[in-house]
Amino acid sequence: MMKDLNIDTFLKFDDVKKSYDQKNLVVKGFNMDVQEGEFITLLGPSGSGKTTVLMMLAGFESVTSGDIAIAGKSINRTAPYRRNIGMVFQNYALFPHMTVAENLAYPLAVRKMPKDKIKAQVAEYLNLVELSAFGDRRPGQLSGGQRQRVALARAMIFEPTLILMDEPLGALDKNLREQMQYEITRLHKQMGFTVIYVTHDQAEALSMSSRIAVFNDGVVQQCAPPAELYERPANAFVADFIGENNFVPGRVESIDGATAKIVTDGGTIVAQATADLTVGGACRVSVRPEKLFFPPSTHAHDNALTVRFETRIYVGDFIRYYFKLPDGTDIIVKILNDLSAPEFTDGAEAQLLWLASDCIAFQAG
Amino acid sequence: MTAATPNLDRADARNAAREARKRKLQAFLFVVPLLVFIIFAFVAPITTMLYRSIHNPTVANLVPETLAALAEWSGDDMPDDAVLIQFAADMKRMANDRTSGKLADEINRALPGMSSVVKSTARALRRVDDAEIASNGATLLKDANDRWADPATWRALKAAGKPYTDSYYLTSVDLERDADRSIVQRDTQIYVKLYTKTLRMALIITLLTVLLGYPLAFYMAHASDKMANFLMVFVLLPFWTSLLVRTTAWIALLQTNGVVNSTLMALGIADEPLEMLYTQFSTVIAMTHILLPFMVLPLYSVMRGIDQSYMRAALSMGSKPLGAWYKIYLPMSLPGLSAGALLVFIISVGYYITPALVGGTDGQMISNIIAFHMQTSNNWELAAALGSLLLVIILLLYWLFDRFVGASNIKLG
Repeated sequence: MMKDLNIDTFLKFDDVKKSYDQKNLVVKGFNMDVQEGEFITLLGPSGSGKTTVLMMLAGFESVTSGDIAIAGKSINRTAPYRRNIGMVFQNYALFPHMTVAENLAYPLAVRKMPKDKIKAQVAEYLNLVELSAFGDRRPGQLSGGQRQRVALARAMIFEPTLILMDEPLGALDKNLREQMQYEITRLHKQMGFTVIYVTHDQAEALSMSSRIAVFNDGVVQQCAPPAELYERPANAFVADFIGENNFVPGRVESIDGATAKIVTDGGTIVAQATADLTVGGACRVSVRPEKLFFPPSTHAHDNALTVRFETRIYVGDFIRYYFKLPDGTDIIVKILNDLSAPEFTDGAEAQLLWLASDCIAFQAG
Repeated sequence: MTAATPNLDRADARNAAREARKRKLQAFLFVVPLLVFIIFAFVAPITTMLYRSIHNPTVANLVPETLAALAEWSGDDMPDDAVLIQFAADMKRMANDRTSGKLADEINRALPGMSSVVKSTARALRRVDDAEIASNGATLLKDANDRWADPATWRALKAAGKPYTDSYYLTSVDLERDADRSIVQRDTQIYVKLYTKTLRMALIITLLTVLLGYPLAFYMAHASDKMANFLMVFVLLPFWTSLLVRTTAWIALLQTNGVVNSTLMALGIADEPLEMLYTQFSTVIAMTHILLPFMVLPLYSVMRGIDQSYMRAALSMGSKPLGAWYKIYLPMSLPGLSAGALLVFIISVGYYITPALVGGTDGQMISNIIAFHMQTSNNWELAAALGSLLLVIILLLYWLFDRFVGASNIKLG
């Protein structure tokens, strides 16, 4: 299994389509190449088709057209129980009538492994998820986080070629979720398995993945590593969906290679240009709330906009400022809660500064 | 802030207790109507039935003096003439009260053939002078019928005279007491056979409803809501038609010139009509049909609660569908299966109408015999004993079920 697959594609989706009702496509031509050991997250709003892709990969839904291949072999017609794909479900799907150890032993027993080997392997994996003392408990006697770890161990224990996770942390509270994110990342690093992870929680996706495929309306909008996705969104949907963003409407005055001059109601600004931008066309300039700052500042800046102060919300570790552009567009600014965080009076005018490299102009529409 | 005392002071405790009492009273008032109803409509009749199966004071009330005189009698030889004289006096009184027929029925049950003896003796003694009976009653009695000279007759009378008796229970398991009071097999074996037949038929019906109901419930539980509701209408349809109509429909289908037979003959599968109606077969078929909803409903409601991710998890771990069903789905759907099986089994053990209508003699079940003893042979005590025994058998089976499957494994929804 540990062939050198660095150059070979391990898992390949080739123009995969899915329709449930013979009329509408839920997944409209999904393409992706996954290398072995990658942690791929399918991220998108609910109904965007990401779970359908996962179910097709697991074999619980048929592929309407296109091809899914693992290590060069199509698995379209392979029965789910022959795919050797581990799966973690949102509700964990731990068998309630079996103990934790029996749950872990199930995939091994199915493979007719000798009893003593099963016992050793179950002990090893219980230890791996730090639940050695809980082998005799029933799933009903465990907490949410513990169940989650059992589900993880059960999906890993038969050394599958691939592990699928369908919103596995959706049922946990915030603290536990962060803890489990760390846990999953640790196991992924330690064991080196390939993960396809489905979630609608972008913070989760950003913190865990090697690459994220952002889904919308059955189409992948962008598939890139977290930092690139956040810093260089390919289109307005991704810019809006991942993290918070301000959108300043404007008109393209000129394009100079990678940058464009944009005329807005509050002044002319310089932004990164996307490929489909045209001179004279309407556009939206996206800039993240944390990239904006106030004068006086020692920072260099390329752009400045005059805005009117609306309100200020104290969040704790940072402060959110709400401004309005002359045309009424909302602008949010996030400033760390330190001594430099300014105070404004109601309706006061303020200057917002930022770098041209921190904003991107997208074609409007 | 002052430190709060950890315990309630006396006034607090009194208030808390008063509140608790009030809540309990309120809760009780809510169930009072049901409680009264259950006591009158359920507990009282069953208690009466149980009591009746061991308590029969008819003879004791009819001839109390004779029985008192017989109390001293050893039972080996003929009783003293004084006893006979007393009985002759009682007979005359009963002949004039027109209650001798009751005595005849009762003694006849203990000793067959005694009905006519008692009746003819009553006729013979009705017009005899009291003084004549007092002096010569024993001879008069023996003259009226020579069976009065047989100690066995008197033993039967003494036995029938006991207000409390286990004889009905013995009868319901085909046993009786012989002349020297030891328990022996009865000549005619009816009831044990009938109980086994009833249990066997109930078991077959339960298995058939499982075979038919489990796949249907499984399909419904995993179908779309629209499809499931559509099928649910068909499952519930039997509940909306009269039981009598459904049973009669089976008569129309199964009778000699019925739909099934004519179809079979038209297709050339059968040369002559098959005897299907009035057999065990027809009873089993009709009852399976009638009881199917009781299997499907609990199964469906339990299966609806089983997320499909469990089966998917099992499949993803490499288990084949059938193995995954057996190891994962079956244990998880067991509560519904147990509830359905228990419901169907217990209902069919005591079923009456369908076997009565389509069962003929072959398809009769224990409840039909109980009904027979209540309506035709007027032996309410035996009917009560048979009914109580049925209750005991069902409780016993429930206990066994609890031991092996666990009553907590029953879920109706």
